[in-house]
Amino acid sequence: MPTGVYVHIPFCAARCDYCDFATWTDRAHLVDAYVDACVRDVEQRALKPVDTVFFGGGTPSLLPADQLTRILDAIPRANGAEVSVECNPDSVDADKFRAYVDAGVNRVSFGVQSMRPHVLVALGRTHDPDNVARAVDAARTAGIERYNLDLIYGTPGESLDDWSTTLDAALALEPGHVSAYALTVEPGTPMGKDVAAGERAAPDDDDQATKYELADDRLTAAGLPWYEVSNWARPGDECRHNLIYWLGGDYVAIGCAAHGASFTEDGAVRRWWNVRTPERYVDAITTGSSAEAGDEFLTDAARAGEAAVLALRTAGGIKLPLPLADPSRVVSCVDDLGAAGLLERAGDRVVLTRRGRLLGNEAAARLLGAMEQPPSPVGTR
Amino acid sequence: MPGLEQFRNFSIVAHVDHGKSTLADRILELTGAVDPRDMRAQYLDSMDLERERGITIKAQNVRLNWAGHILHLIDTPGHVDFGYEVSRSLAACEGALLLVDASQGIEAQTLANCYLALEHDLTIVAALNKIDLPAAEPDRVAGEIEHVLGIPADEILQISAKTGEGVPALLDALVARIPAPKGDADAPLQALMFDSIYDAYRGVVSSVRVFNGTLTSGARLRYVQAKANHDAEEIGVRLPVPTPVAALGPGEVGYLIAGIKDVGQARVGETVTTVAHPAEELPGYRDPKPMVFCGLYPVDGDEYAELRESLEKLRLNDSSFTYEPETSGALGFGFRCGFLGLLHMEIVRERLEREYDLSLVATAPNVEYQLELLDGTISIVDNPSAMPTPNEIASIEEPYVNVTVLTPTEYIGSIMELCQQRRGDMTRMEYLSEERVELVYVLPLAEIVMDFFDQLKSRTKGYASLDYEPIGYRPSNLSKVDVLLNNVPVDAFSTIVHRDRAYDYGKRMTEKLRELIPRQLFDVPIQAAVGGRIIARETVKAKRKDVIAKCYGGDISRKRKLLDRQKEGKKRMKQIGRVEVPQEAFVAALRLDD
Repeated sequence: MPTGVYVHIPFCAARCDYCDFATWTDRAHLVDAYVDACVRDVEQRALKPVDTVFFGGGTPSLLPADQLTRILDAIPRANGAEVSVECNPDSVDADKFRAYVDAGVNRVSFGVQSMRPHVLVALGRTHDPDNVARAVDAARTAGIERYNLDLIYGTPGESLDDWSTTLDAALALEPGHVSAYALTVEPGTPMGKDVAAGERAAPDDDDQATKYELADDRLTAAGLPWYEVSNWARPGDECRHNLIYWLGGDYVAIGCAAHGASFTEDGAVRRWWNVRTPERYVDAITTGSSAEAGDEFLTDAARAGEAAVLALRTAGGIKLPLPLADPSRVVSCVDDLGAAGLLERAGDRVVLTRRGRLLGNEAAARLLGAMEQPPSPVGTR
Repeated sequence: MPGLEQFRNFSIVAHVDHGKSTLADRILELTGAVDPRDMRAQYLDSMDLERERGITIKAQNVRLNWAGHILHLIDTPGHVDFGYEVSRSLAACEGALLLVDASQGIEAQTLANCYLALEHDLTIVAALNKIDLPAAEPDRVAGEIEHVLGIPADEILQISAKTGEGVPALLDALVARIPAPKGDADAPLQALMFDSIYDAYRGVVSSVRVFNGTLTSGARLRYVQAKANHDAEEIGVRLPVPTPVAALGPGEVGYLIAGIKDVGQARVGETVTTVAHPAEELPGYRDPKPMVFCGLYPVDGDEYAELRESLEKLRLNDSSFTYEPETSGALGFGFRCGFLGLLHMEIVRERLEREYDLSLVATAPNVEYQLELLDGTISIVDNPSAMPTPNEIASIEEPYVNVTVLTPTEYIGSIMELCQQRRGDMTRMEYLSEERVELVYVLPLAEIVMDFFDQLKSRTKGYASLDYEPIGYRPSNLSKVDVLLNNVPVDAFSTIVHRDRAYDYGKRMTEKLRELIPRQLFDVPIQAAVGGRIIARETVKAKRKDVIAKCYGGDISRKRKLLDRQKEGKKRMKQIGRVEVPQEAFVAALRLDD
């Protein structure tokens, strides 16, 4: 299984109304110290070469290119490693991309969200849709051929036409990868507060389902079949880093609020996460203590359930029989979900249908219920 | 031993809020029965529920000394559901103190209880309370009392239980006007039991009034109705602190402990005599008869055994409610319970939840129906889901009641409209004064059981008062409405209503359920049906989306917990056919309001 590094860059120029990530708009003075800390954190870990690196945020592209590449330089990478950077179309230019490429970045992900200005306003985004095309152009000119466009659908006020326009405009940029997310209102965000106070409409499930289906149709037709519930890619252009999350590989967390996972030989897992604020992260690393804020160990059985529901979100699906579960109960659950049109069998694999992708939680909760009972012992002692 | 002529036995007849408990407090103070240092408000209302609701549920009695006389004050339950208990308390007295709020006037139940007192030949001493309030209209209210009860206005006393003004004069009047009891100390013992409570340490403690003979400590007693013999372990009087005495003679009121563990063996109205010299039974005994029924279910199915235990314990204290096991497809295991009335139902339910820490679902209350089937058999149905299909039924009868409403005249129209909606027939309308009127209706009890009290209160800003008494069964054109979820009937929602209201109920219930039932993987039809004919239909559309959008490194732990909750939630769902329904949806749908 490949391994990866996730680097969290918690700085943004402005905060989007729906965002509940660990990110700050007023910490520019911390950038140098933060980058130093990331570098030191990486060095202290004496990592073996990794297969993927992912700079997420926040807005990694807000960092001066040399700051970002200082961190990247410190991370040992295997040959052909995938190196992704999340970019805001407003904070990139040809120079920055050239610097990225020189440092080894070979994939970027643009936060596009919508190509309709009034939808962007509703999301609290600042960029101009035209900047997206300019940014994609600049990336391609610099030699970055792998790029993703992040889209959001189902924003209240967005019509089906708006969404269709966004999809068309996005596809016109010839991305090899598209992530499309149903707008999710998180409590505590400006949007969440407005919705709770009744000042803003909540997204509508049926509207989002219709838009998901439209997206799936368009993207598939454009040669980007789905490979995870919210991700579509040209075959071969899937994000290898994200596949590590879903298929169960180790990943190292660098930076504040980042999560990591390490697997043991026997399939159990330790999940851990760093302190939430950049200040505390810098403090911890510079004083030589651990930046970890907490962790959890999953037993084999809990991990087996988790592995199944994560894999179920991917186009590869799950393979029967599932480890540590009663095969007859699982088969009966799979058959029920098949009859309800949520799952289909492909050889020894079981995969979500499109309806099943939209009802992924329902399918997963039922599968977990079926996996709860351990298999009955074979024979007697 | 004091002579008969020294005793005065009286009850207080008053409406909720008219100051009965405050007056009792003042009397306890004035007669020196309770030391001011030990005084607390509503001294005689011992249950939390009584204090909170300002009502008396259990009868209490206390012995008082005033001007060389011994007064027995018997505090009666003040609510329509406990009419029989009130009648027994009144039967233990020679007089009644009618207490009326001088600003509000006489209320329907007070009037009903006053008529009851007159039927028992009690002497009525009337007093207007709260004359210290600026809103008091003693002359108008006195005129009203004179009009309806024939008590001369100039004989009506004016007091303030709060300040104590007029209370000594009231006590003097009680002594002067109420006749002393009569009785023969040498005759065989004849004592009336007018209340029993269960005490965890002493067993059943009964309140008794001796009419003839002498109740002595240690005597071998005969309980006539229960057909059982018990030893008088302890007899005593309440001063109000329970104080044992050797004997109670004619005219005396006190308590009796006879080693009984179940109040069902010491019922209100029981006659107590001796095994050695048995006397005749006192008149007026009645078995308590439940009038209102509902299913009680634990919200958490695991609490079924606790609910059964709690019902058993509560029944030690209240033998007038009934229960038997019942199973509902929607609600699981529970009990069908019978109550004297709506308030009684609420009290039992509240005591179960409060004293036994249970969380309960109550189905909509209903009455008991008498059916004649086509094959000639007679059937009693107290549970709508047990109702036979229409093609088996020859006729249905339902209980009717005589309803008396006293109201300020301005609300007459609104009350008449309400009673008409509820299938009422007016039998009388009489003006008590220029401002107040008495309306008498014949109504099906089932209509009152629904939400009649609440409607009456909201239509009259709380000014109207209500009393009702059963007048037997009458034939009715009734329908059973079934509610089907995905074509499977849900027993908890079956109800019996008048044919004209079936559509209304069906429409309301299906609409309510559509809101409450979560979307499933398929369309779920919700239908209301009468005898197989669909009268209303709604659909819960299949859910189309239930998936989290993002699942990356930092989301995995959170997602796992969310799915675990969703998985556990499924276990708590009630399965109605293929439909998963959270228990809360049933609870919410059964709520009567809105």
